[in-house]
Amino acid sequence: MEMQDIKLTIIDRDGVTHDVDAPTDMAMNLMEVIRSYELAPEGTIGICGGMAMCASCQCYVLSDHELPEMQDDEEAMLSEAFDVQENSRLGCQIQITPEMDGLKIELAPES
Amino acid sequence: MIKTDILIIGAGPTGLFTVFEAGLLKLKCHLIDALPQPGGQCSEIYPKKPIYDIPAYPEILAGDLTEKLLEQGKQFEPGFTLGERAETIEKQDDGTFIVTTNKGTKHHAPVVAIAGGLGSFEPRKPKIHNIHLYEDKGVEYMIKDPEIYRDKKVVIAGGGDSALDWSIFLTDVAKEVTLIHRRNEFRGALDSVEKVQELKNQGKINLITPAEVVGILGEDHVTGVVVEQVQQIKKEFEIECDHFVPLFGLSPKLGPIADWGLEIEKNAIKVNNALDYQTNIPGIFAIGDVNTYPGKLKLILCGFHEATLMCQAAYQIINPGKRYVLKYTTVSGIDGFDGSRKEAPKAVVKAIE
Repeated sequence: MEMQDIKLTIIDRDGVTHDVDAPTDMAMNLMEVIRSYELAPEGTIGICGGMAMCASCQCYVLSDHELPEMQDDEEAMLSEAFDVQENSRLGCQIQITPEMDGLKIELAPES
Repeated sequence: MIKTDILIIGAGPTGLFTVFEAGLLKLKCHLIDALPQPGGQCSEIYPKKPIYDIPAYPEILAGDLTEKLLEQGKQFEPGFTLGERAETIEKQDDGTFIVTTNKGTKHHAPVVAIAGGLGSFEPRKPKIHNIHLYEDKGVEYMIKDPEIYRDKKVVIAGGGDSALDWSIFLTDVAKEVTLIHRRNEFRGALDSVEKVQELKNQGKINLITPAEVVGILGEDHVTGVVVEQVQQIKKEFEIECDHFVPLFGLSPKLGPIADWGLEIEKNAIKVNNALDYQTNIPGIFAIGDVNTYPGKLKLILCGFHEATLMCQAAYQIINPGKRYVLKYTTVSGIDGFDGSRKEAPKAVVKAIE
């Protein structure tokens, strides 16, 4: 349903900006939204399937939305990942909710 | 030269189930996998995680699924070349293939089934500008032979189990062990973390956190690393060492398979899904997560289906023109290559008086 969609802005690894609609009622996470729009080639994102075990969905949060707090496994994975910044998160650990309307993120480089 | 009927590249769930389906058709399988144990991602990445969509298993741990698949295929005596990566493929004049691994092991088969999942697992290399100059000259991304570190000064980087475990192990071998991690917290088995703490207190491990190796020093061999430590203020210093071992886990890469002349799309191998999952090269099939076709789903259960259909096509290639019809295991039982037989118990026909 249209009403349940939110707008996200995603900058891909080539620097191209995409404005996309994401459903809030399909239990999707940010990594899955990016995959559903094929904003990064298959096999370069969400490699572990969303278990916070590979960091292939690392992204930088550019807007000041309040996001769910980081759990231990996400924090641990980011501590081993490359190109990590202050605003790094794993897309697979961020469930899409209505509060995220307008969220802007940038995909971290492939590693 | 290892000879077999179906050479399977990748010993994950799809590859392992192929052994069973091929066995029913009296075809023998041999599997190559870059990892040292069978199971693919199920063993390497998430052995302790549950899977909920294997038919008839409401819940099964990935590690247990691997064990069950090995048990299911056991009587068909699959061969394994583990810890080696399939590197090259050469088509012979008679249409058969020779696949050679990175260690030079040669395999000969009329049919090749690539069940390579996301590819072979390669160590993740840290982004240090000059690191490639020192590969095998003091920089190792995985520890194969701990003896090379005897009486040497070793710097290990990483925060996971392998960084912890090797740091512990090498305290008995190396002259000096330094462990560098970007954070103060380590992610590993609790007893490994405690052991490192203990060794640090005893002065046997030189622990530097939160810090990162940002450069490597040396003429034609590592003589030291440049470390950047951030504690209130950022400081940079050098550590003398003979070896630098970054242990940042593994990431799958399609690898050499990408150069075999197969049609690749979305980092996967295009196959004919209307028929038999054959690739653009006759005799080479791709099944499981490694293939792609319209509507593809990367699910273990889809890999099982693809493996089953592929085996029928392999039978036709290996036994041209030979008659065969699908048989149900319930009806005909299973005759293993090891001489074992499994079958349904016979019904008793007896009059009731």
